[in-house]
Amino acid sequence: MPAFIGQSPPRKEAFAKVTGRARYVDDVVLPGMIHGVTVRSACPHARIRGVHFGEGVAWDEITVVTARDIPHNVVALINDDQPALADGVIHHAEEPVVLLAHPSRALLERARLAVRIDVEPLPAVLTLEDSLARTAVAWGEDNVFKEYWIRKGDVDAAFARPDVLVVEGEYATGAQEQLYIEPNGMIAVATPDEGVTVWGSMQCPYYIQKALMKLFDVPPEQARVVQLETGGGFGGKEEYPSILAIHAALLARKSGKPVKIVYDRAEDMAATTKRHPSRTRHRTAVTADGRIVALDIDFAIDGGAYSTLSQVVLSRGCIHASGPYDVENVRVRARAMATNTPPHGAFRGFGAPQSIFALERHLDLIARRLGLASDEIRRRNFVQRGHTLSTGQVVRDDIDMGAMLERALSTCEWHARRARFAEENARGGPVRRGMGLATFLHGTGFTGAGEKHLASVVGAEGLPDGRVRVLAASTEIGQGTSTIFAQIAADALGVAYDDVEVATPDTRDVPNSGPTVASRTCTIVGKLVEQSAVSLKAQLIGAGLLPPGYDGAQFRAACARFVRERGALRATAEYVQPRDIAWDEERFVGDAYGAYSWAVYVAQVAVDLRTYEARVEDFWALQEVGKVIHPLLAAGQIEGGVAQGIGWALFENVVWKDGRMQNDRMTDYIVPTSADIPPIHVVFEERPYAGGPAGAKGIGELPMDGPAPAIANAILDATGVSLTRVPATPEAIFDAMEALRG
Amino acid sequence: MAEPIAFRVNGRACVPGVHPMRRLLDVLREELALTGTKEGCGEGECGACAVLIDGALVDSCLVPIAQVEGREVTTIEGLADGETLGAIQRAFVEHGGAQCGICTPGMILAAKALLDRVPHPGEPEIREALAGNICRCTGYIRIFESVVKAMEPRGERGAP
Repeated sequence: MPAFIGQSPPRKEAFAKVTGRARYVDDVVLPGMIHGVTVRSACPHARIRGVHFGEGVAWDEITVVTARDIPHNVVALINDDQPALADGVIHHAEEPVVLLAHPSRALLERARLAVRIDVEPLPAVLTLEDSLARTAVAWGEDNVFKEYWIRKGDVDAAFARPDVLVVEGEYATGAQEQLYIEPNGMIAVATPDEGVTVWGSMQCPYYIQKALMKLFDVPPEQARVVQLETGGGFGGKEEYPSILAIHAALLARKSGKPVKIVYDRAEDMAATTKRHPSRTRHRTAVTADGRIVALDIDFAIDGGAYSTLSQVVLSRGCIHASGPYDVENVRVRARAMATNTPPHGAFRGFGAPQSIFALERHLDLIARRLGLASDEIRRRNFVQRGHTLSTGQVVRDDIDMGAMLERALSTCEWHARRARFAEENARGGPVRRGMGLATFLHGTGFTGAGEKHLASVVGAEGLPDGRVRVLAASTEIGQGTSTIFAQIAADALGVAYDDVEVATPDTRDVPNSGPTVASRTCTIVGKLVEQSAVSLKAQLIGAGLLPPGYDGAQFRAACARFVRERGALRATAEYVQPRDIAWDEERFVGDAYGAYSWAVYVAQVAVDLRTYEARVEDFWALQEVGKVIHPLLAAGQIEGGVAQGIGWALFENVVWKDGRMQNDRMTDYIVPTSADIPPIHVVFEERPYAGGPAGAKGIGELPMDGPAPAIANAILDATGVSLTRVPATPEAIFDAMEALRG
Repeated sequence: MAEPIAFRVNGRACVPGVHPMRRLLDVLREELALTGTKEGCGEGECGACAVLIDGALVDSCLVPIAQVEGREVTTIEGLADGETLGAIQRAFVEHGGAQCGICTPGMILAAKALLDRVPHPGEPEIREALAGNICRCTGYIRIFESVVKAMEPRGERGAP
């Protein structure tokens, strides 16, 4: 019996966080440290004619870095097409061009404003539509960063069948800012002997190390990366911190002093990555009794000006585009497009929320066309164990979506509420209520062969006092990494939760357990934590130090003795892809993920016909995520994800003008407050997954997928208005209602 | 030269000797090394920099120190009694009220301002009282739960 898995011990760093002692990057001051700022482009696409340093500033006191100071001007990621500082050509607004450092932030701000970038504008592509229509070229010859196809069965033959109805629809989603409350920040020190060291807010220390190594052409020991307490990430601190680390390191190298760069909110919002805007076209062949026989999907996302992670976002969106349904014929054309806007990037869900929004909205449209209820169209098409998903992956999860749907409908009193709202709505009155549903899955870990290529490693080491430390690069960013790793290791070792500590990610001390992304930390890395702990325990048993049926005190004594008498006690575990997982990246066929998490979400929404405001009044989130390691943290992940989903669905509207975010502040980019969030009823089904620690699957991204379509479907139920785009702001609802009235 | 601004922070007298228009947030963080007060937006929207001034919840990024002359400022560092947490802090630890932790100091102070004023608020009052403090991690549910639990009398508890 596990002693700690399935319990909810206090999070490891809770005391530090509630007392204000937790140290975030902006709380750290190094001796002699100076500040850095970034001079950015104002225009979206241009040739740089020159950079002028204006009068009235003592430039000889300021450290100035331009592209000419950079040994190898590239931010290493996938395609390595993004420069650390623009050189010759500007590809998007807010692109960094010059870096400045000085002890005085007030003087730096004056200096920043005194830099003038003289440009010759070039034609710019500012929207996904323009990129697809190729009104100008932002990338290559056709603006396409990446294109994937899924081809299952014979879609054209299915559409030619005489017994099918064809339903078409087009759906769109806007950009979304991660809006972690701690803005991005980094401190760098550079010395001739030790190379570069950076400390900061981040999700992926080894991504940053790779970027520093490439740019400065140094070995790993000359590029050390240390995570500080990180105030939220949600994907927004996956790839961008590499740029910030490079910038701070360049200034540190040139000035010879420690340099801190912390963005203010406006800079963070305007210049760093956001969720990819998307546009999805659906064409569906469905029989009169509601069986979907073919899905033909054209999915496109706006990647911004550099390719960054867009191809990976695209592949996840593409694979999730056909949902948890058993469809014999599926064709998905997926394209990541270039525009002259700041690159879009990782954000919780990573392409899946976009394509799932389209599918789940489209299903309600199909249901209406057929005169079916929205639960019924899903019930008739759910994939079952043994069926194949769009990539040909055979579902091996022990899953019963039909039963989950019934459970969710019964928990939320779906039928009774719908009947009551229908009656109330028919009486008229200013407020209309409705219920909406979304059913979906989310793949655990990296897509395809990603985990195999990562080959993540976790270590465990015995400490002199007999406790054990987990060594991993997986970051604690609020989601509970340190806590669940300690639970998993404690149970594997047979010791107390308090006798396990989790090392701060520091590339000098911890192995590369891969990036903290893709809902992989608990299930993939957690499994390695379990394995490394088991292996460490085996060493103590092998040394004859652990008696059978040992208790925690005996373990500590044995561990301390081993360290004292024999030196280091260390074990590592490396990811080995299970042999029954196969993925063909060329053909985009096979086992896209080792496992999926599955969910049924329901929203109750009220629409006020006086203000055109939609308000979520109640929310139910039922999911199957394998074994739940820490029920309190897990519920917190679901509730937090649902809240971000509500924001994306109703409020969070990035307003663009000339390729720049216009509402780059919290005054007019609106995220949910405590007054906007309904009760969220979280229900877990737990069907242990053999590949995860104690049976756990991924959880972090899943809750981002369901809220937006469930809410839009509830608005349809309440008002008869079908919103095909989020956010459904009052203005959007007003326009849709006016259009319906004709 | 005018008299330097004097005020109290967490019960201790404080004369930072800086310009009266410096933001209270910066003076707390940079002059007094009280870095538990965080900057999230710099324009009074997010509440990460919230402190209590004579018991009232205020965003310290909007307050020049001239305005706290002679007043009592309470920051997150003033809530625990040494290593003994206050009731609200303890409830946040036990009930999942903190995730990434960056909004937590301001959120706990917002909860304290509420509970000092209304000992047993209902859920609508809790929602209203915390609405000026943005949390991007929790969806607020565990924060409400923490505030409710903090109200429950528990014998051995330390500082409020």
